[in-house]
Amino acid sequence: MISDLNDQKIKFLEEKSNKARELVIEMLLQAGSGHSAGPLGMADIFTTLYFHVMNHMPKNPEWDERDRLILSNGHICPIRYTVMALAGYFPIEELKTLRKFGSRLQGHPHRTALPGLETTSGPLGEGLSQAAGMAIARDLDNKKYHIYTIVSDGEFEEGNSWEAMMFIGKNKFQNFTVIMDRNNIQIDGRTEDIMPLEPLVDKCKAFGLHTIEIDGNNIREINDAIMEAKAVTEKSTMIIANTIPGKGVDFMEGNYLWHGKPPNQDEAKNALQQLRVLGNKIEHSDN
Amino acid sequence: MLNPDLNLNSNIFKEDVEKKATREGYGEGLLELGEENPNVIVLTADLAESTKVDKFAAKYPNRFIECGVAEQNMVAVASGLGVSGKIPYASSYATFSPGKNWETFRTTAVYNFSNVKLAGHHSGLMTGPDGATHQATEDIAITRCLPTLKVFSPTDFLEAKRITKKVSEFYGPVYIRLTREKTPMILTENTPQANLGSNQTFWVSDNPKATIFSTGYMVYYALLAAAKLKDDGINIYVVNVSSIKPTDTKDIIEKAQETGAIVSVEDHQVNGGLGSMLSEVLAKERPTPIEMIGMQDTFGESGNITELLIKYKMDTDSIVSAVKKVISRK
Repeated sequence: MISDLNDQKIKFLEEKSNKARELVIEMLLQAGSGHSAGPLGMADIFTTLYFHVMNHMPKNPEWDERDRLILSNGHICPIRYTVMALAGYFPIEELKTLRKFGSRLQGHPHRTALPGLETTSGPLGEGLSQAAGMAIARDLDNKKYHIYTIVSDGEFEEGNSWEAMMFIGKNKFQNFTVIMDRNNIQIDGRTEDIMPLEPLVDKCKAFGLHTIEIDGNNIREINDAIMEAKAVTEKSTMIIANTIPGKGVDFMEGNYLWHGKPPNQDEAKNALQQLRVLGNKIEHSDN
Repeated sequence: MLNPDLNLNSNIFKEDVEKKATREGYGEGLLELGEENPNVIVLTADLAESTKVDKFAAKYPNRFIECGVAEQNMVAVASGLGVSGKIPYASSYATFSPGKNWETFRTTAVYNFSNVKLAGHHSGLMTGPDGATHQATEDIAITRCLPTLKVFSPTDFLEAKRITKKVSEFYGPVYIRLTREKTPMILTENTPQANLGSNQTFWVSDNPKATIFSTGYMVYYALLAAAKLKDDGINIYVVNVSSIKPTDTKDIIEKAQETGAIVSVEDHQVNGGLGSMLSEVLAKERPTPIEMIGMQDTFGESGNITELLIKYKMDTDSIVSAVKKVISRK
């Protein structure tokens, strides 16, 4: 059950989220490759899920009743790894092994490498269908856990995404929430230049999903949308979360060139300084 | 002669030999599994009747998933089921699945190590009148290269039924290759079931001069060729390779050692198919002359199977010639 989201909890989550961003920068610097913008933009959503919303047991990641979190756009795994480490799934120290030989933290997440991942992902457009399969299994077994799927906006250029949307619209899964990272960027540029996706809300509604649009960097809005999704029983829910790619680091924010590259030493130093200032602000804020 | 230890169908060389399709064996196997195992789920992409899962669908509607014409979604839904304690059988034509959805299958089922049993129907020239778009002649190639994936190509109805059921007994991704048309029943109920991963020698003879390794319904034509060769005084082995992977390398090497000449017979591209598989084993372990019967880097076309096998030099006479040729190369 979701506990009450009071101001103190929001502050706690904002601090966690900011800490996660710092760790993302540090791990990407160590790795020397990987994606920066998406993980930073999605820190608030992952933190809210792992530290407030989801029913899970970090020390027992295979717990049968756990809520499932499927990450379809696997390339933003640095934020998932970081928040999992912060939640106690594995030592924070291990984040330094990202993308390195012998690491459980593969460049794109691999289910059998690290307990708690639910799927292997990276190639886009595949997570939603797998989540649907899990929902069928869950319903056949009369279980009630919630299934969350995180997708990116860019991956809705994949045909498989829309195949999955048709399937979900048909099956009307309950306790089934999709969160789309609507950050408007992809590798080659802005989504609306590369391949226009709008009107996304209308499209998702047309496919039969209860659709909510939120500020994906606002923890209160994230939580409220998930609460609403849990209350909707006649269909599945799509939360279109408008996020700022590179959130918290001024030279990365909104810049598609940061989709798929890590910071160098100087950039990381600059980014960490900015995030620490932000962290102090949160710490000393009134709420 | 037919291997007496295997109790194969003694009518096999008769005109009126009983025929049933391997896809029917798949359907019957699933129907029995539905009764025996509540975790068995069947999926299709708008091909319930064609893939013979319609009876399962009627009897177990809660465990039948119609995905519509969307093979990527079908295989990924199956992957989600497979990691959630279910045993999903995803059924479509091989050109689409694992053809069209190959990468989705690779990532979400095979690398993700989900318990997906993928059935590729309408494989090979045997799909006949539908033409080359629907004749999957590359599916063995694109599946056997996938790490850890098990690949099966049953020879007849009964073996298809047996393999369909057998693969439910272990966890892990599998590909099963099936054909549309009714083909001769080679096995009988009294034929011992081969362990998955083991070849069975269907035709034995004294002092054999060559070995035909065949897979799928083409084993029937290999047996016809063996009978003809016997009349010509040429003794051979005919081996049914229903398990492409795991590969019975021991049997391949032993047969190569004993007979010194190999012919592969398959309704599939020789590039990447059974012929390639045998060549890989033999080149590494025991270089042996090999002739390959199969599609020679060409697409098929519409026609009946007799016409097509003759045109693409895969008929009985072509197999006989290939055996004679390979023996001459020793």
